[in-house]
Amino acid sequence: MVDFFAMGGYAGYVWPSYAVFFIVLAIDAVAPRLRRQRVLKELRGRLQRRTSRESHGAPT
Amino acid sequence: MNALTLWFHKIGSPPMFYRIAGALGAWCYGVGLLLGLLGLYGGLVLAPPDYQQGDAFRIIFIHVPCAWMGLFAYFFMAANAFIALVWRIKLSEVLAMASAPVGAAFTFITLVTGSLWGKPMWGAWWTWDARLTSELVLLFIYLGIIGLYNAIEDRRQAARAAGFLALVGVVNIPIVHYSVNWWNTLHQGSTVRLMGPSKIDAAMLWPLLLMALATHLWFFGSLLARTRVGLLELDGGKEWVRAIALADGAAALADGAKHHG
Amino acid sequence: MTPGSTASACAALIRRDLTLVWRRRGDALNPILFALIVVALFPLALGPEPENLRRIAAGVVFVAILLAGLLALDTLFRGDYEDGSLEQLVLSPHSLSLLLACKIAVHWLTTALPLIVIAPLLGELLHLAEPVRWVLVLALLLATPLLSLLGAVCVALTVGMHRSGMLLALLVLPLYVPVLIFGAGACNAAQAALPYLAPLLWLGAALVLALVLAPLACAAALRISLS
Repeated sequence: MVDFFAMGGYAGYVWPSYAVFFIVLAIDAVAPRLRRQRVLKELRGRLQRRTSRESHGAPT
Repeated sequence: MNALTLWFHKIGSPPMFYRIAGALGAWCYGVGLLLGLLGLYGGLVLAPPDYQQGDAFRIIFIHVPCAWMGLFAYFFMAANAFIALVWRIKLSEVLAMASAPVGAAFTFITLVTGSLWGKPMWGAWWTWDARLTSELVLLFIYLGIIGLYNAIEDRRQAARAAGFLALVGVVNIPIVHYSVNWWNTLHQGSTVRLMGPSKIDAAMLWPLLLMALATHLWFFGSLLARTRVGLLELDGGKEWVRAIALADGAAALADGAKHHG
Repeated sequence: MTPGSTASACAALIRRDLTLVWRRRGDALNPILFALIVVALFPLALGPEPENLRRIAAGVVFVAILLAGLLALDTLFRGDYEDGSLEQLVLSPHSLSLLLACKIAVHWLTTALPLIVIAPLLGELLHLAEPVRWVLVLALLLATPLLSLLGAVCVALTVGMHRSGMLLALLVLPLYVPVLIFGAGACNAAQAALPYLAPLLWLGAALVLALVLAPLACAAALRISLS
């Protein structure tokens, strides 16, 4: 097991590479989710502002 | 109109694509993750160490698939940009712009892992040979496309301008791929062939191919997720988007009530 | 030439652009001053030993002129965009790519040609070897029109943006890199007494291609930006 993690002495290069791979792809997977939430929240806000304007009799 | 053309037009409609992309994207992520774990197990545990590079060669299972994906993503983006510019298809615009960040991410991983592999093997973190330089230029092209897309207010015009830039930058792709043949480079030549035998051991080849498949699926998963958001932004005023926004809000409220109650 | 023909339109455009540059002829000094400053910074940073400077002289002059040209690129369409004549140009019945080719040519004549003229002086400041001097001028004669043509396509994409300086540099860099590699490569080969014809021929080939294709791409990009 220790041999596996030591990677023949190259652990300092191999494991950071794998870390970069996982971290960057994880960020890439999460980013659209966050953006989707932000976009939908903004749309809801816009809709609410419009319906409140309409219900108060203001011209749209 | 025959069934295929009808299906094709249906797919292009934003609300339909949004639904399909949701299901398909989740499937791509799931299968991609599974195949990726399998491939990494084969590469990290099962494959024997290289006679020349020892265990450091195992970076190949990340470096090469990401390099392939960086090029594939660009090709996908350019093809969609072409369709968007010639036929003005909205979905192609969104697909093209959604592939840019994913391609840039893969190219970035390629450069970083290549650098981490180069230090023990060549003794240098970086060298200005043709393959590395053209790959770095590819990253700059990606960043330029993303920058241009974000700089223009109108989303459709922005997609067209950035798509045009993507097409102008296509010349770099063959340069990246063939740079190891055309110039004397430090970087290794191609060992995996599409046709004919590859110059790599079978125990190392199958994890590599599995990782290539996994990264392709991950690319499509991310692409579909980003395309869904892009369609929401583009069609913000339409009824189908409003319905989704309200449903999402109701779900968020219900979640909040569940946690407070 | 008959008024209303494409030839007379091109002639009118060239005359107009030259007149406009002549009216602000002080501004034409800006790229020259910039290139001079960049070149002057290197001996200050690296020390004045002629041997050190001679090794990097051709490359530094090339980069300085490239950067000066990049700064000057913004003036290609800005004035016309701000007073509305760019839209008139796009709407004209004549071939837009031909008109743009004329504009780019005048721009090159007024910004890049002065830089090429002072290139030997810049080289001398860095102790550039005598035989390399003329290879440098020749390489610049081939490279700077290429840079103007490629740059014009990118400027067309960012026309009208307010703070487009950094974005323009980012867009243009991937296209400039091969030109720089071949141009400076030819000079460095000449300095090492190696054959230098091949990179120059590559530049020439690229220039011929760009002369035909870049105005077309620039017209398409302009239409997208102004749509």
